[in-house]
Amino acid sequence: MNLILASVVSLGGIGALSAVILYFIAQKFHVEEDARIDEVEAVLPAANCGGCGFPGCRAFAAACVTADALDNLSCPVGGTATMEKVADILGKKAAAVVPTIAVVRCGGTCEVREKTNSYDGVKSCTIVHNLYGGETGCSWGCLGLGDCEVSCTFDAIHINPETMLPEVDEDKCTACGACVKACPKNIIELRRKGPKSRRIYVNCVNKDKGAVNKKVCKVACIGCSKCFNVCPYEAIEMGNNLAYIDSEKCKLCRKCVEVCPTNAIVELNFPPRKTKIEEPSTTGTEK
Amino acid sequence: MNKLIVSPAPHVHSGNSIRKEMVSVLIALIPAYLVALYYFGVGAIIVSVTSVISCVIFEYFIQKFLIKGENTVSDYSAVLTGLLLSFNLPSNLPVWIVVIGALVAIGVGKMSFGGLGNNPFNPALVGRVFLLISFPVQMTSWPRPMAWNTAYLDAETSATALSALKEHLGNIPSLFDMFVGNMGGSMGEVSALALLLGFVYLLFKRTITWHIPVSILLTVFIMTGIFYLVNPQTYVSPIIHLLSGGLMLGAIFMATDFVTSPMTKMGMTIYGIGIGIITVVIRMFGSYPEGVSFAILIMNAFTPLINTYIKPKRFGEVRKNG
Amino acid sequence: MKTFKMGGVHPPENKFSAGKKTKIISLPQQVIIPLRHYSGNPSVAEVSRGEIVKVGQLIGRANGFISANVHSSVSGKVSKIDNAMDAFGYKFPAVFIDVIGDDWLDEIDLSPEVKRVCNLEPHEIIKKVAEAGIVGLGGATFPTHVKLSIPQGKKAEVLIINGAECEPYLTCDHQLMLEKGEEIIIGISILMKAIRVKKAIIGIESNKMDAVLNLEKWAKTMEGIEVVPLKVKYPQGSEKQLIQALTGREVPSGALPIEVGAVVQNVATTFAVYEAVQKNKPLIERIITVTGKSVPEPGNYWVRIGTPFTHIIEETGGMPQDTGKVVAGGPMMGRALPSLDLSVAKGTSSILFIPSSESKRGKVFNCIRCAKCVFHCPMGLEPYLLMNQGEKQMWENMEENRVMDCIECGSCSFICPSNRPLVDYIRYGKSTVGTMIRNRKTQKS
Repeated sequence: MNLILASVVSLGGIGALSAVILYFIAQKFHVEEDARIDEVEAVLPAANCGGCGFPGCRAFAAACVTADALDNLSCPVGGTATMEKVADILGKKAAAVVPTIAVVRCGGTCEVREKTNSYDGVKSCTIVHNLYGGETGCSWGCLGLGDCEVSCTFDAIHINPETMLPEVDEDKCTACGACVKACPKNIIELRRKGPKSRRIYVNCVNKDKGAVNKKVCKVACIGCSKCFNVCPYEAIEMGNNLAYIDSEKCKLCRKCVEVCPTNAIVELNFPPRKTKIEEPSTTGTEK
Repeated sequence: MNKLIVSPAPHVHSGNSIRKEMVSVLIALIPAYLVALYYFGVGAIIVSVTSVISCVIFEYFIQKFLIKGENTVSDYSAVLTGLLLSFNLPSNLPVWIVVIGALVAIGVGKMSFGGLGNNPFNPALVGRVFLLISFPVQMTSWPRPMAWNTAYLDAETSATALSALKEHLGNIPSLFDMFVGNMGGSMGEVSALALLLGFVYLLFKRTITWHIPVSILLTVFIMTGIFYLVNPQTYVSPIIHLLSGGLMLGAIFMATDFVTSPMTKMGMTIYGIGIGIITVVIRMFGSYPEGVSFAILIMNAFTPLINTYIKPKRFGEVRKNG
Repeated sequence: MKTFKMGGVHPPENKFSAGKKTKIISLPQQVIIPLRHYSGNPSVAEVSRGEIVKVGQLIGRANGFISANVHSSVSGKVSKIDNAMDAFGYKFPAVFIDVIGDDWLDEIDLSPEVKRVCNLEPHEIIKKVAEAGIVGLGGATFPTHVKLSIPQGKKAEVLIINGAECEPYLTCDHQLMLEKGEEIIIGISILMKAIRVKKAIIGIESNKMDAVLNLEKWAKTMEGIEVVPLKVKYPQGSEKQLIQALTGREVPSGALPIEVGAVVQNVATTFAVYEAVQKNKPLIERIITVTGKSVPEPGNYWVRIGTPFTHIIEETGGMPQDTGKVVAGGPMMGRALPSLDLSVAKGTSSILFIPSSESKRGKVFNCIRCAKCVFHCPMGLEPYLLMNQGEKQMWENMEENRVMDCIECGSCSFICPSNRPLVDYIRYGKSTVGTMIRNRKTQKS
């Protein structure tokens, strides 16, 4: 009996003393923080991906609370919906965000871009990039080793084993920019997602002369400027034997896609074109 | 023309492999194994074969069904763990206890941490200490050494040198007997001569360096020497300490395990000194007669700390002045 | 025998072409001379399409201090200035010259006599070395005139000549020491004058005792030159290791050899200096070794800079059937080529054919913490830890663990029982940490 009493009293005493000490320590080391930071953090997606430019969601929340206006602050994962909620809590106005998405600008699949040597080493794009131009004749194109896939925290980009090129999952991509940074050849770019998720872009970053490119990849941009000449909105610029479509100016008319001789320009999520069929007058022609 | 292969330099390799390292240790254990066969006969064969086969089988099945990863039994590390585990056991240990030891050694000591290279504790010692604590009676009855012993479970037992010292029973074997191995003890620990031959082989093959074994043995020698000089009545000579128990086996083969020992020469020396000190403390003041296994496991826990703070001598060390 | 104290490995020597007298490779139909084939700023083209050039004519002007001139190695007509594959794995502008005859510039002294006397002042010597476009021919291709220009506040005490040639297979330096011993010694005396030192030490590995004896014989004709045989251990020819072996001094981490009063030059560079200063001949040719286990007749060849590899391979017996890799340089630090579409650069020391049975890397296993990489690293680093940190992209930790000290010798990967690609991750770390350090410096200033 004595033993039980002694144990209860001593352990209980230690517990009570610890509670008192902890209380005072919590009071002394308490950090004064604006309570709104907790509220804002609660509505954020908690992905801690760094896409907003801040180290983690809590840092972004703190920036939102201390900023005068929310114009330069946006969470790419949560998008407009989340920024609206943040704006409500803080009584500020949310800036309208143009949705963007990661776009891989290389069409050099195994079929159209022949391998000229065989790489045997660590499977990392950055390591190969520092070593040499890659397994094909095009030293600008995608190496297919998946640094982008590894860097994505949203499971939104994967290397297709048949084409050995990365493919972006439109639903999962949050345009946080991790894959853009991971790609050593700057092939991935954040571009406007476009209405109905439609976009047009030049699927090539090769700056070599056209005559050389044609030999190493069938769908390379050869810098012929046909697209540049046909664009009615001056959305295309030519430089270093390469065409580039500005996604802010592009109106998705698709004229450039039609004239490109190597099919280097890609249109995504458009309905199939209606083709003119030359038939005898009995069946008529579709417009 | 076939496509040329491109890879970063270097384009040549020494041909070294994990298996070669393991085989080199296995070869170094041959003299001790022959001594075990001679003095402990049938029991030695049964315990060692059971241990090796169980370790290999457990590793294979754990990798195949639990981890579902690649199989690495072909690097012979499970074989080595099995052999070293058996060297730490008495040769009259029942088969079922050996199998449990192998399961704990491989399953808990090695695979639960992620396989070879990831384990913080020496797997064979994990198995051995587990058995010592769970089956203290069977683990502390050692057969008497007899030429070509055909008895197994019913082998005649006797006290070992260390247990004699602990219980003050007197009657320690002669120094020659202790050196050659004619004394009771775990299968592989009795013959200092055989173990030293193995040590020389390992040094020649550059599998291990001299730092760990020498620092352990020297520390034990010096510490027990001091005790002996102060009070020769109570404490025995340091030579007897060096030759008795599992110190030789532990210093040469168990503490030098790659994965669990430090990565720098200074770190290895500190590790060895720590093992030596803890062994002597347990032997002198602890309730167990032998302390090497515990000492090694305790120092294994310090290895990551040693690796973090003890760095190798850098070329062109810039000494900060003032 | 002297050697460096820490680390090192013993790869099989395979010096199949040792002692083979040099042969001259015939002029190809076209040479391709890249404007960037050395460390430093690329040179700027001085000639244009259609121009007729002579051997030794300047075709690329150095751009900045750490840059080098490039000269035509043939006479003929400039066909174009276009991109060509260079030694760094990417395409870069190069001068393509169609070969017509073998017409040398008048000022170049083609007589076979050895000119022993040099009456130039040190600054004149350095100027001639710079004009001749001489870069380190040991492989690092650092512009020589920059090395010879001792920075303010530092003093050179000893000139060290690197005749170690520690890479397996390579014998180009060995052969040069046997055939041009006198010229090398004269070159050394010229360099001693240029950096104002009274003492020079030539370090040669002991598997080349004939070269040691030959150079000792000629060194007696000059003051202050000592020949020291060194133990055969890789990487004996690494600058810092060589300095430690010959003088006992350790170059501090992050510093250059001049910090301990040493200037190191390769023997081939020394020979090029002799030719430039005494014969007005710019750097337009060098010896390379063509070798490999399956090569029927390995040998050493004089080739003009810019000669396409395909021409050399054709003339030396063709590529062996079982070739898996073609390496420009030695097996420890050379570059595996993606195609034979490359031409000889100033830093090319050999063409090594590796059979396909030896070309594939072994399977990579877990690190078994055997510490062999730590024991064999000549710089006292921990490669297993650097690879671990590289995999996890822990760049600051790598910097703390001295990743920038790594000389990329390959000893760690060579000895690792688990075939771990240690040097690959260390290189990755070095390039990232190097960029971080540069950014830090520009932010501060």
